[in-house]
Amino acid sequence: MYQYDEYDQAMVDQRVEQYRDQTRRFLAGELTEEQFRPLRLMNGLYVQIHAPMLRVAVPYGLMSSRQVRKIADISRRYDKGYVHFTTRQNFQLNWPALETVPDILAELASVQMHAIQSSGNCIRNTTSDQLAGINANEIEDPRPWCEIIRQWSTFHPEFAYLPRKFKIAVIGGDEDRAATQLHDIGLHIVKNNEGEVGFEVFVGGGLGRTPILGKQIRPFLEKKDLLSYLEAILRVYNRLGRRDNKYKARIKITVREHGINHIRELVEAEWVQIREQLELDDKEVERVKKHFTEPDYDLTASDDESFAKMQANDAAFAAWVKQNVVEHKIAGYKAVYISLKSPSLPPGDVTADQLDIIADLADEFSLGEVRSTHNQNLLLSDVKQGDLYALWCQLKSNNLATANMNTLTDIICCPGLDFCGLANATSIPLAKEINERFDDLDYLYDLGDIKIKMSGCMNGCAHQSVGHIGILGVDKKGEEWYQFTLGGSSEEDASLGQRLGRAIPKDRVVDTVATLIDVFKELRYEDELFLQTVRRVGVDPFKERVYADN
Amino acid sequence: MQIIKDREIIEDQWLHLDEEDADLVIGDITIPLSRWQAEHESLIKHNGKLGLRLSGDDPLEEIIPDLEHFDLIVLVFPAFTDGRCYSFARLLRDRYHYQGEIRAQGDILRDQLYYMTQCGINSFEMADSEYLADALSAFDDFSENYQATALNPDPLYRRR
Repeated sequence: MYQYDEYDQAMVDQRVEQYRDQTRRFLAGELTEEQFRPLRLMNGLYVQIHAPMLRVAVPYGLMSSRQVRKIADISRRYDKGYVHFTTRQNFQLNWPALETVPDILAELASVQMHAIQSSGNCIRNTTSDQLAGINANEIEDPRPWCEIIRQWSTFHPEFAYLPRKFKIAVIGGDEDRAATQLHDIGLHIVKNNEGEVGFEVFVGGGLGRTPILGKQIRPFLEKKDLLSYLEAILRVYNRLGRRDNKYKARIKITVREHGINHIRELVEAEWVQIREQLELDDKEVERVKKHFTEPDYDLTASDDESFAKMQANDAAFAAWVKQNVVEHKIAGYKAVYISLKSPSLPPGDVTADQLDIIADLADEFSLGEVRSTHNQNLLLSDVKQGDLYALWCQLKSNNLATANMNTLTDIICCPGLDFCGLANATSIPLAKEINERFDDLDYLYDLGDIKIKMSGCMNGCAHQSVGHIGILGVDKKGEEWYQFTLGGSSEEDASLGQRLGRAIPKDRVVDTVATLIDVFKELRYEDELFLQTVRRVGVDPFKERVYADN
Repeated sequence: MQIIKDREIIEDQWLHLDEEDADLVIGDITIPLSRWQAEHESLIKHNGKLGLRLSGDDPLEEIIPDLEHFDLIVLVFPAFTDGRCYSFARLLRDRYHYQGEIRAQGDILRDQLYYMTQCGINSFEMADSEYLADALSAFDDFSENYQATALNPDPLYRRR
C-alpha cells in the first residue's frame, strides 16, 4: 500500500498543528461556533447528540496492521473501546472529547492516517472496490488512481468551500462494489476499441432526499487527463452549483437543472484550457504504482489439500467459506470477509480487542493488510486456502465469523437516533431485531442475496434508496415511522427502489420484513434472487400483502 | 483601515464607492461592476487608480477585456463558506494573467488565508481586525501543496 514520503508526512503533521491552533482559538473564544464549524468538519469532527463524532479517513479502504492496532489503541485511550465503519470505508469514533481531537489526529499522523476532509463541503475521501488488485475480472488496479486522486483532492485550495460535499469513487472494471453511480463522480476503468485503458466518467449521482443515479459525462478519458478532467468538473460545479438552498446544492441537482449536455459542454470547455498544465506524467504514475505492486505470492498455495478436506469435515466451516470467502486472482489464495454484522454489535461496529486480533490475523495470514468495505465489513485480501481453517477458528472465537455476507442480516445501517443529531428515527435496534428474528443461517442461505439498507433519516447515510429492501426512518408527530422501498441496487445494475406504500410504525417493521420475505418465497422462481423477483413482478404483490391487514 | 497585503499589515489607501455615492472623489477608488458598466466612459478618465469589485454572481468572463483599466480586483465573499471567488482568483491569475492586486473582502477569516493565497489573492480585508498580527502566521500553515496553484504552476508530482 501507499507509504508517505516526506512531503505527505509534512502536510499531515502541519495539518495537525493547524487544527490544534484552531481548537485552541475556539476554546479561547477567539473563534465563534459558526466560524469553527467548517474547520472542525474539514477535520472530520461533528457535534452530535451525546458527544462529538470523529470520522477518520481510510483512503480507498486500505489499512496496514500497524494502523489497525493504532485505531484500537486510540479507541481505548480516547473513546469507549470500539469504532464504527461507514459505507464510505471510513471509521468513526462516537465519543471523543473535542479538546483531545488534536491529540487523536497527531496519533493518527504517526501511522500515516488523518481525518482530513472526511466531512464538510469539500472533496471527501476517495473510495474503491475492496477487491481491487486481487480480482481476476478487473481491467486494472484502481488503487494507484485513487491515491493520485487523494493527493490532488487533499487541501485543494480552490475547492475547500464547495456548495456541498463531493464524493468520488473509482472501480477497476465492470463489477461495482463501490456504489460508484451514487457518487458525485464515479470513475470506471474501461478499455476502448483500440485496446487502450482509460476512465468512463459519471457525474451527478447521489442519495439523500433526492436520490439520482450518475450520468455518463465522458465515455473514455485518457489516464493522463484524469486530474485535469476532475479539476474541470469541480471548477464548473464550484461556480455553478447552488448556494441558496443546501438541499439543492449537490452536483446531482446542478446536472438535473442544467442538463447533462450543458454541463458536459461547460466541463469540456474548461478542460481544454487546463489539460496540458495538469497532464499526469508517466514518472508520477509509476511512482505511485510502485506502492501497489503484486506481492510475492506463494505459487504452491493451490497444492494444499486440507482446505477441501476441512470443508467436507466441518459443515460450519464450509458454510462460512461459502458465504464469506471469495475468489482471488491467484490460484490457492482467497479473500475473506470479516463480518461486522453479528447480532451482538450494531452493524459496522468492531471493538478494540477485535481490532487487535484482526491486526494479528492480518500479519499471520494476509500480508499485514486489512480492508474496509462499502457494506461496512472488513476484508483480509490475501489468505492462502491452506490457512483458512486456522483463520476461521480464530475469527470464530472472537465473534468475527458470522457467516452472513450478502444475506438478510448483512444490513447496512446508519447510527440513527441513538447517536446522530440529524436522525428522525432509530436504526440500530431494528437491525438487531431483524438479526435476531432471522438467526437461522440455513434459512438465510436459502433466501440468497438480500440487501437491507436502513437509514434513520432522509439524508440516507445507509443508502436505503438502493437497498433491495430500503427502510427509511421518518418522524410523524414525534413518533418513529418507516418508509419501505423495494428493488434498489447500488451495483453495476444500479437502480432506485420503488416505494412500497405508506409508512409503517416501528413495532411493525420486523414483521413487515418477514412478510416481504414470505411473499418473495411464494413468488420466487427456482433460485431467483430477491431483487430479480421484485424486478419481475413489481412491488404490487408485496404491497397487497403488507397492507392487507389494514 | 488596516489590511494585509503581500504578508504585511498596511494602511489601506483605497476608497470603496457604492452605487449611491454620486460623485467620484479624487484618489484611488473601487466600484461595483454595475457602476463600471454604466459609467465606463467617465471612469476611464478618473484621476486616480481604479479598482473593480466582483462577487461570485458576476459574469467574470465579461470583464476580462477591461482588466487593463484596473489596478485592483476586489473579490467579495458574502460568507466565508461561499467559495466561488476562489475559482475567480485562479482564473484571473492563471488564465487571464492579471498582474494587479487581488483582494479578498467580506467574511474573511484567518483560516482561509492560506488557500486564498494559493489561488492568487494577495491582499485581505479581514472581517475581524483584532487578530491581524496573529493572522500573518497563517500564510505558513503548510510548506507544500499537491496541486498546481497560482503561486506555483507545477503540481508537486512534477517536483518529486
